[in-house]
Amino acid sequence: MNPTNAGTRIGQPNLTAIVFFLLFVSITLAITYWAARKTKTTSEFFAAGGGISAAQNGFALAGDFMSAASFLGIAGLVATSGFDGLIYSVGWLVGWPVVTFLIAEPLRNLGKYTFADVVAYRLRQTPVRLSAAVGTLTVVVFYLIAQMVGTGNLIRLLFGLSYETAVVIVGAVMILYVLFGGMIATTWVQIVKAVLLLGGATALAGAVLYQFGFSPTALFSEAVSRYGPEALAPGKLVSNPLETVSLGVALMFGTAGLPHILMRFYTVPDAKAARTSVFYATGLIGFFYLVTFILGFGASVLVGRQAIIGVDKGGNMAAPMLAEVVGGTGFLGFISAVSFATILAVVAGLTLSGAAALSHDLWSSVVRKGHAPEAEQLKVARISSLLLGVLAIILGVVFKNQNVAFMVGLAFAIAASANFPALLLSMLWRGFTTRGAVASMLTGSLSAVLLIFLSPTVQVELLGHASAPFPLKNPGLVTIPLSFLVGWVVSLLAPEAEASRRFAEVEHRMHVGAGVPPKGAAPPDVAGPVAPGIPEAPQEI
Amino acid sequence: MDGNSKDDALKALAARRWRVAGALTVAMLVAYLGFILLVAFNRPLMGLQFVPGLSIGIVLGALTILLAWVLTGVYMLWANRKYDPALDELRR
Repeated sequence: MNPTNAGTRIGQPNLTAIVFFLLFVSITLAITYWAARKTKTTSEFFAAGGGISAAQNGFALAGDFMSAASFLGIAGLVATSGFDGLIYSVGWLVGWPVVTFLIAEPLRNLGKYTFADVVAYRLRQTPVRLSAAVGTLTVVVFYLIAQMVGTGNLIRLLFGLSYETAVVIVGAVMILYVLFGGMIATTWVQIVKAVLLLGGATALAGAVLYQFGFSPTALFSEAVSRYGPEALAPGKLVSNPLETVSLGVALMFGTAGLPHILMRFYTVPDAKAARTSVFYATGLIGFFYLVTFILGFGASVLVGRQAIIGVDKGGNMAAPMLAEVVGGTGFLGFISAVSFATILAVVAGLTLSGAAALSHDLWSSVVRKGHAPEAEQLKVARISSLLLGVLAIILGVVFKNQNVAFMVGLAFAIAASANFPALLLSMLWRGFTTRGAVASMLTGSLSAVLLIFLSPTVQVELLGHASAPFPLKNPGLVTIPLSFLVGWVVSLLAPEAEASRRFAEVEHRMHVGAGVPPKGAAPPDVAGPVAPGIPEAPQEI
Repeated sequence: MDGNSKDDALKALAARRWRVAGALTVAMLVAYLGFILLVAFNRPLMGLQFVPGLSIGIVLGALTILLAWVLTGVYMLWANRKYDPALDELRR
């Protein structure tokens, strides 16, 4: 895998990459040191004390979402198969308006640290939080595996380090961010990373377009003359139309169910800031995807498909190789360091949301029934972060050489089927019940896992069987409607009077919020009182 | 008197927010599903280049991304200019 013959220095230790990466790690660790001194309460640990501004949160949201998979993956997909990459870009982006219109504000007004706060608000705490935690942790674990395995392979190619070394470095640094700096550090790591990634990608695209007189159509025309008009049309990715639609639906609604994204809405002071931050994030991510598209075509023309596939069959090295061609080894080093930093930041965000599910949903609400003192909650949160970080390292090593594509698909499908329907129904439907919520969340997680197991990705590609019992690679088209249907039917079967009576309270608070703090006042204690749920005494709003 | 009428006004305002949010969601869904269905069922059309180097598929894809951002902006402007002031009025 060391293609000295291809005239690239990919796969050999690169001084620039190492210097830039060390610089990134030092700066972010300094931020963590600063944040650690400000992280004394659970509100600061999980939600940065609600003191993040809309613009900052917009960058952090974008940082959480722009994983190395979307940067290197889309560029590689476009470089090797042209138009098909755009299907992913569009699918990953159109989830954001849905988040803005339906989820962001009610979530901010109703919850405290996790989306389970919203679902459990007028329902019985224990069963709802248990099933929400199942969904959240499944999403987090699969997403973590995908990122860690991706890291190991990328870093081996980019830096010339060994797979295991890369996984351990990412895991260890990420544990430091989350353990000591909590959400304040994680947010700033995301902001630094988002700026670097956007800046690096834009500079690279600028260098490409410079060679084509800043005309994207000249670039695309060159790709057509090289690879034929198929480069600009849907290709082999969409051999099965239903498959395309199913993938699209899962990508769209998956965003509205990703725990580390939903958690970001608690870091801003109010619903208005939550809404505004998604507007910034949507613009940044949309711009980034369009830039990535230029990079992909640029790589296919300036580097060549053969050379790209020669280094990595998946095409993931397209963007770094392009950087080397247009800017030399120094630029290759910079883009490599940015890719490494990107993975680091996404893994930190994921771990924090997993720790919130373990500590806030399972420990504080289920085990201690809301009576855990502040210091204990914080301790459990830190222990959870440490455990998840170590788990991520172990899983990264264990799953070495696994196909990670299906894990990302699984994470999005579970997020879309387990979390999104229950979240939406709990905000919109008076008749939603505890049993309905539990059934919807468990059906969503289990059916998504089961159908992925029965899909061609696992049965044919991984296990080598001739055919698969379930025809689609992505189960979203089946599991999302199923989860809605089960939640609806189960709720109708046994109405819950208390939950329905308290819907008025949900409606009121969802729109009015816990009250807006006066200008210039200290950030509020996040969403004020904890969402109470039914077993506790009803509370005044 | 003000207790109930305030409640009703709040309910009406909340219903209005859901209507606006719902309409924008449907607009996004229609545009996106339209794009996906064209990709899935009409490959030749999507590959048609009306300018050399620019296919209908690429333009529609880029427009869908742009539309997502514009719709988010439309909602934000509506909420900041109409919804928030009305809500503040009722909170008093």
